[in-house]
Amino acid sequence: MNQEEKDRASNTNAQRNEINEIKHLLREAMPPLPSDQLEPRADLWPRLRARLDSQHTTDRAASNVNGKSQRIRVTWFDWALTALAAAALLIFPGIIPALLYHF
Amino acid sequence: MDLQQRFVAGDLEAFEQLFRDHQRQVYAWIVRIVRNPATAEDLTVETFWRIFRSRALFRADGNFSAWSHRIATNIALDHLRKSRRETELPDDLLAPSTPDPAVSREMRTRIRSAFANLPPKYRLVATLALIENAPYEEIAAAASITVALVKVRVFRATRMLRKQLGALSAEVGAQS
Repeated sequence: MNQEEKDRASNTNAQRNEINEIKHLLREAMPPLPSDQLEPRADLWPRLRARLDSQHTTDRAASNVNGKSQRIRVTWFDWALTALAAAALLIFPGIIPALLYHF
Repeated sequence: MDLQQRFVAGDLEAFEQLFRDHQRQVYAWIVRIVRNPATAEDLTVETFWRIFRSRALFRADGNFSAWSHRIATNIALDHLRKSRRETELPDDLLAPSTPDPAVSREMRTRIRSAFANLPPKYRLVATLALIENAPYEEIAAAASITVALVKVRVFRATRMLRKQLGALSAEVGAQS
């Protein structure tokens, strides 16, 4: 083993010792959780189911609101243009054949 | 159609079955990170809720357990980020069964405080690797990082704790 490899091994050992020292302190202050605390205290399915149901209701309400807003989302300018076009056709019915020819 | 295929298709009964098969593992993983049973229950529900919402991203032949652990880890990490110093263990959970006489009550408080000051991503790996002794490979898979990065974070967390604790670690080392 050359000097470089010895230094690397020594560094690795120093790091390992440092980690083990802190690990010991941590486990003294905050011991690992015992196995009886690794299980939920109650069945969590009812809570999850309630959340899924409430989300489903919210999604449906949101889609209804969106649908409603889409139906009424016609700006005044669009209505004005439509009215203008209808008025032009009534006043100048002669343009109807020309429009039909072009379309 | 198997269970996971039915889950991906949105079948709630299949999802309930998957939930019942995996909720203990997911809860155990989360409670080891956040170290608070009530918070762990909330985050377990949140994890499965997100799992159901993002079921379209899951491949029906994929590893549900690994996927749920990744989502659980992300959610637990988000929780650590949001509540830096709030997730400390209640005192009754903290007492070791056979305490080291060289580590006094005051020292334990200082260690806990130093640990709570760690940045969340370091706290996550330090909790799992140093306290809970979880294998580096398991931590890497759950946190979607490499094993080498887990080792780096464990070492950096160690250095940060050592710096914060100052002479305390040397003092304890000399006494024990």
